[in-house]
Amino acid sequence: MEATISWLTTLIPQLPVPTARLIVYVVYSAILAFAAPVVLVVAYTYMERKVLARLQDRIGPNRAGPLGILQGLADAVKMLTKEDITPAKADRIVFNLAPMLAVVAAVLVFAVLPVAPGVIGTDLKVGILYVVAIGGLGELAALMAGWSSNNKFALIGAFRTVAQLVSYEIPIVLAIITVVLASGSMQLGAIVAAQDVPFLFTLPVAFLIFFVASIAEIGRCPFDLLEAESEIVAGFHTEYSGMKFAMFFIGEYMHLFSAAGIATALFLGGWRGPGAGEASILGVLLGFVYFLAKTTLLVFVMMWVRGTLFRIRIDHLLDFGWKFLVPVALFLLVAVAFVLKVPVLNSPTFRWLGMLAANGVVILVSLALVVLAARHSRSAALRGVAGVDG
Amino acid sequence: MLTNQMVQILVFVILTIMTLGGGLGVVSSRNLFHSALFLVLSLVGVVGYYALLDAGFLAVVQLLIYVGAIAVLILFAIMLSRGLMARRQHQRNEQWWIAALVVLLVFVVLLVVLGQVDWPVADEQALLSPNVSVGQLGQVLLGPYMIPFEVISVLLLAALVGAIILARET
Repeated sequence: MEATISWLTTLIPQLPVPTARLIVYVVYSAILAFAAPVVLVVAYTYMERKVLARLQDRIGPNRAGPLGILQGLADAVKMLTKEDITPAKADRIVFNLAPMLAVVAAVLVFAVLPVAPGVIGTDLKVGILYVVAIGGLGELAALMAGWSSNNKFALIGAFRTVAQLVSYEIPIVLAIITVVLASGSMQLGAIVAAQDVPFLFTLPVAFLIFFVASIAEIGRCPFDLLEAESEIVAGFHTEYSGMKFAMFFIGEYMHLFSAAGIATALFLGGWRGPGAGEASILGVLLGFVYFLAKTTLLVFVMMWVRGTLFRIRIDHLLDFGWKFLVPVALFLLVAVAFVLKVPVLNSPTFRWLGMLAANGVVILVSLALVVLAARHSRSAALRGVAGVDG
Repeated sequence: MLTNQMVQILVFVILTIMTLGGGLGVVSSRNLFHSALFLVLSLVGVVGYYALLDAGFLAVVQLLIYVGAIAVLILFAIMLSRGLMARRQHQRNEQWWIAALVVLLVFVVLLVVLGQVDWPVADEQALLSPNVSVGQLGQVLLGPYMIPFEVISVLLLAALVGAIILARET
């Protein structure tokens, strides 16, 4: 990153070095934080439509351009030309601020995302904590949008959003702490560097918790009750149209990408792969390709889940978060902390095996407890699930 | 050409305007929801101060706790309260002068204390390379400051239990 910037600075010799550096830095950040995510949004909406169409035995977009790849562009133009409506009794300032904040919250995460070897906005020492903190801004945006629209559906949507985000933040943070414990750092660069074996294989349960909670955090099916169209129209952005709606939309897909990117960095080894490294341009590019491939794989799984599962009920959603994910994540954290402190396991291989064993024990014990509880449940349906005659 | 120091002062001024203006907005806004949003602005200004002081951990934690948790809960509570869509609310009741007196007293006390305490100033070297890691912070919290840390934890736990008891249907 530093080397790239220095090299780019030499390309504009007419200017004094600090000024040239500043310009390069601003352009670089703009590309990293704005242009790339917007291109990704277009690509991912296309991908989502195609994947969902395939899962539902349809063809999907096929009119705009070959195989419909220009559909995203067509949608963008349509959004921009739509009438911009503000409800008469809306709180104008807050109503207009909310979509901006939503996009800003989504963009800020890109500052710490390690997309390729040495290519990261700033490798903050508290990088992963920063990602969690930025999540709060997204909640704020949803609340502002829901309140200022002066619409009961928007308001209920905002309530649901916050209830869901606040509940699922806890398992996310606990899963992240597990990774931080195992890697010994909150710096995303260092976490990637620590994964000689990706944490997916040593901390599979933490990955599952993180992934499921991430899906809830970005409000995708099966956790999309914040915009359940059959109940509350479109949730907190019911009253938004045109460009402002597009901003929520862009924010949502950036969020999807950044959530998958963070999961990649934390559990799939980030940009790591054969041949990737900071030494050569080829290594950097290869690292970028690995990162993109892993992230897209995770995004694909999220789309797959969306095409397969139906929406979960709000009480089930909260119960699942608080009564299953949080306790499992807590026990996992304690178990992993314990394993890391056992003096016998001082070689990396033993450590990995120990963590894997801890994961296995935690998930087996928790599933056994769930089955036990279901067997003694008063509900016949639950007993049926647990394999006891009703 | 802008020097590093000038940029810092500029950023400091902007942050101060944000923090103080936000605070002013909290007390002068006639809409409760707007007040809460101004509070967020003010708190984000404080995040900026921490970042300017190179205290990354504190900045992020401030954002996480005050903006991400407390402000969102305040907004949530406001949205659940009555008179939600009322655009105008009374800012004062008949006790305003007692409140003003207390505020003035607190201000005087703070002013006197700030003037009298001999604040320690870090030496040049420490300022140039602030090297406080999260690990050190953790060591200090669980070492010399163990008792206050535990007391605060118990206090928070008591508040949590109290809230649950209050909210539980009997």
